Amino acid sequence: MTQALSIKNLKKIYDGGFTALKGIDLNVSSGDFFALLGPNGAGKSTTIGIISSLVRKTSGSVSVFEHDIDHDLVKAKRSLGVVPQEFNFNLFEKVEDILYTQAGYYGLSTRQARPRIDYYLKQLGLWDKRHSQSRMLSGGMKRRLMIARALVHEPELLILDEPTAGVDIELRRSLWEFIKEINDQGTTIILTTHYLEEAEQLCRNIAIIDQGDIVENTSMKELLSLLQKESFVLDLSKPMEALPTFSGYQVRQLDPMSLEVEVDKNRGVNDLFRQLSEYQIEVASMRNKSNRLEELFVNMTNGGLANSEERASGQEAAV
Amino acid sequence: MKSYREKRQWRTEYYYNWVAFVTIFVKEVRRFMRIWPQTLLPSAISMVLYFLIFGAVIGSRIGTMSGFNYMTYVLPGLVMMSVITNSFANVASSFFSNKFQRSIEELLISPVPDWIILAGYVLGGVARGVITGAIVMTLGLFFVDIQLYDLTVTILALVMTASLFSLGGFINGVYAKKFDDVSIIPTFVLTPLTYLGGVFYSIEILPAFWQKASMLNPILYQVNTFRYGLLGEAGGIDTGFAFAVMLLAIVALGVFSLHLLKSGRGLRS
Repeated sequence: MTQALSIKNLKKIYDGGFTALKGIDLNVSSGDFFALLGPNGAGKSTTIGIISSLVRKTSGSVSVFEHDIDHDLVKAKRSLGVVPQEFNFNLFEKVEDILYTQAGYYGLSTRQARPRIDYYLKQLGLWDKRHSQSRMLSGGMKRRLMIARALVHEPELLILDEPTAGVDIELRRSLWEFIKEINDQGTTIILTTHYLEEAEQLCRNIAIIDQGDIVENTSMKELLSLLQKESFVLDLSKPMEALPTFSGYQVRQLDPMSLEVEVDKNRGVNDLFRQLSEYQIEVASMRNKSNRLEELFVNMTNGGLANSEERASGQEAAV
Repeated sequence: MKSYREKRQWRTEYYYNWVAFVTIFVKEVRRFMRIWPQTLLPSAISMVLYFLIFGAVIGSRIGTMSGFNYMTYVLPGLVMMSVITNSFANVASSFFSNKFQRSIEELLISPVPDWIILAGYVLGGVARGVITGAIVMTLGLFFVDIQLYDLTVTILALVMTASLFSLGGFINGVYAKKFDDVSIIPTFVLTPLTYLGGVFYSIEILPAFWQKASMLNPILYQVNTFRYGLLGEAGGIDTGFAFAVMLLAIVALGVFSLHLLKSGRGLRS
């Protein structure tokens, strides 16, 4: 399969001596929906900056759809669309002008660009604002404008750096739908986000970067299968005075109306509910304490475990 | 010999670059037209004041300069003054503003070659310089009557001067880190050099030492070449030499600007 992105031994040492990337390798297949996650300062933005040529690499190689950025930068750039984390359009330009200007940079005349621009303006709910100055847009609209701008030249690889930061939940979900549609149409997508639920729902493959190193690079399914324990919160129908003893489960009372239970993946929850029934504890509702990916992410990026295999085998031994 | 595919590729890239160049140029023109009270109007107002003061109020008392009445003598210099300041300011402020708002990243991420970026910005600066020059010239024609001496020299001097200072503005924009940096060169370098560059007087009336010192002022050559095109009066300079110096300066600043873009100074980390 064609590689949408191929990164080999990529290093970046900034002028001040700070090593942002320690020699990472990363491959993203064509058509993939890929999550690049990591805590702040891990090296995600540096990686994206190098791919988009805003940051100069110290060493290593980067290819976008097999166009090496050292030897074939123009073709690599033509294949690429980037939605940066921060707003970077001219605040005094009209929405429509920003899109036509962007199209022009990629060699699309006004006539050629018009159908695409009209389409994305409508799809992203910006049609009524097309004659407004961009500074007059709400935060969510500004994000959508940046997405429309990145798509105007119909790139094969779209990098979204925190596209839903600061966006309300309703809009976030509609953006997810839109981005999924773009991916279904064949555009490869690389997503960085702090909303791990977003990555879990959308992405097929994932890399986690921490302190300039890739600490995990696998499919989302495999990564989630490494999760040995999940924590649930049980909301009770009636207040409970004293916590009984549960066999095989670690249960903690949060308050008279709720319990927190740690459930081993191999054990399941049937036995838990049997014991709850025995104690005549009625459960009104049940939810995950935190997102599954979040639990893995926190463990991996805290340096608690060198890699997920060690983590998985360690837990298996303990079971 | 290039294969058909290579030829087609070259044609495609050529077309893409042309569209990108026109896009940058149109964006630049749209910018200074959108804020015309800040970009076009000030030159018109200050030049009308110059015409009133030097033409109606004290011009008649000064008498003639190099055989022309004073107002006629000053007009080419005033046109060049607006061309120089406007072409410089346009590129410096537009480029820095794009850097400040980070909208320059749109261009840096795109496949537009550096020389097209430079050409687009410079032509934008030339457009503003030429338009303000035309406004000042038109206003001046209400006060003086000029018989054009050499159209080619006039246009060449106008366009080359505007190009040179647009390039200067570009370099200033690249180096600028805050808005103050964009006004330092115009205030402390361009304005003194312009006022001492033969706009208001012929260097022939100066003592020998100051005549020689004035010959080191590059703006003198542009002002006098333009005056030669309009009036046929070169004020003691060789216009051929002036054109050669301007051309060399344009090439030197152009190469340096491209070097700045390639090295990514202030643009890429």
